[in-house]
Amino acid sequence: MEYIVEMLHITKDFPGIRANDDITVQLRKGEIHALLGENGAGKSTLMSILFGLYRPDAGVIKVRGNEVAIHNPNVANALGIGMVHQHFKLVHNFTVTENIILGMEPTVGPMLQTRDAAKRIKALSEQYGLNVDPDAKIEDISVGMQQRVEIIKMLYRNAEVLIFDEPTAVLTPQEITDLMQIIRNLIKEGKSILLITHKLKEIKAIADRCTVIRRGKVVDTVDVADVAESRMAEMMVGRTVNFTVDKRDQERGEAVLSIRNLNVLSSRKTQALKNFSLDVHRGEILGLAGVDGNGQTELVEALTGLRKVESGSILFKGRDITHDDIHSRVMAGMAHIPEDRQKRGLVLDYTMEDNFILEIYGREPYSHKGFLNRKAIRDHAEKLIRDFDVRSGQGALSMGRTLSGGNQQKAIVGREIDHDPELLLAVQPTRGLDVGSIEYIHKRLVEQRNNGKAVLLVSLELDEIMDLSDRIAVISHGELTGVKLPKETNESEIGLMMAGIAGAGGTE
Amino acid sequence: MSRFKNLFTALAAVVLGLLAGAVFMALSGSNPLAGFYYLFRGGLMNMERIGNTLASATTLVFTGLAVAFSFKTGLFNIGASGQMLMGGLTATAIGLSVQMPRMILLPLIVLAAAAAGALWAAIPGFLKAKFNVHEVVATIMMNWIAYWTVYYTIPAYFKGTFLETESRRIPALASFRVEWLTNIFRGSYINMGVFLALTAVIVIAIILEKTTLGFELKAVGFNRYAAEYAGIHVPKNIVLSMSISGILAGLAGATYYLGYAVNMQIGVVPSAGIDGIAVALLGANSPWGVLASSLFFGILHSGKGFMNAMTKVPPEIGDTIIAIIIYFAATGVLFTRLWERITRKWNKEA
Repeated sequence: MEYIVEMLHITKDFPGIRANDDITVQLRKGEIHALLGENGAGKSTLMSILFGLYRPDAGVIKVRGNEVAIHNPNVANALGIGMVHQHFKLVHNFTVTENIILGMEPTVGPMLQTRDAAKRIKALSEQYGLNVDPDAKIEDISVGMQQRVEIIKMLYRNAEVLIFDEPTAVLTPQEITDLMQIIRNLIKEGKSILLITHKLKEIKAIADRCTVIRRGKVVDTVDVADVAESRMAEMMVGRTVNFTVDKRDQERGEAVLSIRNLNVLSSRKTQALKNFSLDVHRGEILGLAGVDGNGQTELVEALTGLRKVESGSILFKGRDITHDDIHSRVMAGMAHIPEDRQKRGLVLDYTMEDNFILEIYGREPYSHKGFLNRKAIRDHAEKLIRDFDVRSGQGALSMGRTLSGGNQQKAIVGREIDHDPELLLAVQPTRGLDVGSIEYIHKRLVEQRNNGKAVLLVSLELDEIMDLSDRIAVISHGELTGVKLPKETNESEIGLMMAGIAGAGGTE
Repeated sequence: MSRFKNLFTALAAVVLGLLAGAVFMALSGSNPLAGFYYLFRGGLMNMERIGNTLASATTLVFTGLAVAFSFKTGLFNIGASGQMLMGGLTATAIGLSVQMPRMILLPLIVLAAAAAGALWAAIPGFLKAKFNVHEVVATIMMNWIAYWTVYYTIPAYFKGTFLETESRRIPALASFRVEWLTNIFRGSYINMGVFLALTAVIVIAIILEKTTLGFELKAVGFNRYAAEYAGIHVPKNIVLSMSISGILAGLAGATYYLGYAVNMQIGVVPSAGIDGIAVALLGANSPWGVLASSLFFGILHSGKGFMNAMTKVPPEIGDTIIAIIIYFAATGVLFTRLWERITRKWNKEA
């Protein structure tokens, strides 16, 4: 069998952790090879080695049978290896063409000559069915389209091997279907593809073979057609995975949060929430479904005190907290798993133990009369790290930024649940996480509910909303389009409501 | 770990700065070894010289701490000079016009100078917190307001006996110099400020490392969005951080004009305010690092004159060395990488 790229016995150490331990991955010409693993398993490190961002401590890389040393990304490009990053690297006020030629601008004398480049981009776009307009500005096109620009960028540089790093994380369901077709077209035209992902459905749908990595080691390389999804999940996590959420029936209690005719402005001073009213009760998970950017962010910010309310009121445990500050809401029993864990959730340059007391440093026993009690802080951190299985190089003293995304999220979830909140606002709590972490966080959310606490779950993943919620509220253009019970509705009805078409006859 | 890394970076910057200085000395036709010999001898050869070194370092400790403290909260207080001027002016005004027992007068001067510095820094802090005016711009403007305030006030109210451009001499009653200290150090400029500076180092270290106040301030500095999320009042912390920074710079003014100097001159922006940035950089913004780098710069400051007298090396070489060290300290990331490579090799071999 002919291999186009081989990574043989790659080992890479970081302080306190062996990220890659004797990993071997072989990519055949013309195949889609998936790299499956949880966050922090070592996939990104491995690909960074292939792309020349890190040097391996041991092991050999071969391209088309020849051993190569990839010192930097330019070498990788020259070898025909291209990477579509999870976070796109595009200049927003440049056109598609300008972005693609960036770094290798064609010139006539001293003048930039973009016409031929634009033509070639147009041709590539047609050849692979990408439908990209070379003259469009990046800031004017959708995220899915931006991803295609990244793909063309690689093709323009004559890449034979394309690495996709979590390509579906930022896409809508429709865009995912389109991407799958694009990937198939690429294969048809003779390209080879390495697909980094933790989404089993996608692997099953598109990949030929799959290498599973767990904690820096290869578990196995399998033919996707022969292996069931559940088996792959097991290999990835190292134990049987329970996809369904165990949730016992229970009566919900009284309303702990009452939102009354809330009007809130967005950062651009447009009306983000319009006369929004909703109750969240003890002992229930209320799922808020909606397309991204329909007022969910503003709602959560208004509830937590991060954003000013124009009119209307918020009652928490029967008290009007509309104009309370953030601190007093936290103290009153409101906890918040934020949408952006790195922007809001953590101080990345603080140790984990300091991050764990971010909201409660002023309380006994963590401080006394303004002085921090390091021993209590350490004990608290060690308890949370143990209880919530937060993995890091140096435990409580690890810097926030050294943790993988999944472990950062587990740390935040642990911290917020540990406050024993009356109301937990969980915003996209499992975004970008692997199966094992998702299962774990879901279990914890249900536990809160079972203990008679209220949970407001805001998520863009409809599956998550359908699985976890006791009631589903749908928001569209800042307005509540309806509240449904999961067993009395289905995805297509919720989908219609998300598009702003009010549900026929509310449940409430 | 990171502490060793910072120490390594600082020492590497110092060594490379001195080496570059040696090259300059050689280029100016002098023997670098002799140059350095007299430079350090000039800073350390007898009690008087040591006293002067400590007196120079005193001012730098205060301004260095002021800058380092603001850095820790994510703010760049480039206005230590202005805050120092206002602290000095307030101290001078009280020293020249109030008569009371020294035991009360000196603490009063210290408090008043601290308050003046705090106010001068709190204004840019407030503008930043309320209107998002960049503190670098605002503090620079405050420097010039302070400069012209001194320029007007001193000749108008505290005019010197012989010169229009300076204040009257500070009476012994209000001076930070004390006889026993002056005697130990054989008549040097050293004064009570040195104890005040040491106390400031300890207090700032405690605030930053051990208190909830430091926890809040650093959280705001590292990530104001996360701090806001956690319920920390970000605008309040910005004003507070600038005020504390200003207190330190104000104390620099009091101890400089009433201790190191004997009167206040007009038309001078004290260079210690800007040197404080260098001190903070070399000291990696840690209070103890600031103390160490102030002492080092203090030696260079007080030794360069002696070097000039004994050799043909111009005194500007001393300032050149300081400037080069700042460059190396600012590009510390290079040394950090070197350090990482060394430790990695070492770990592998071990």
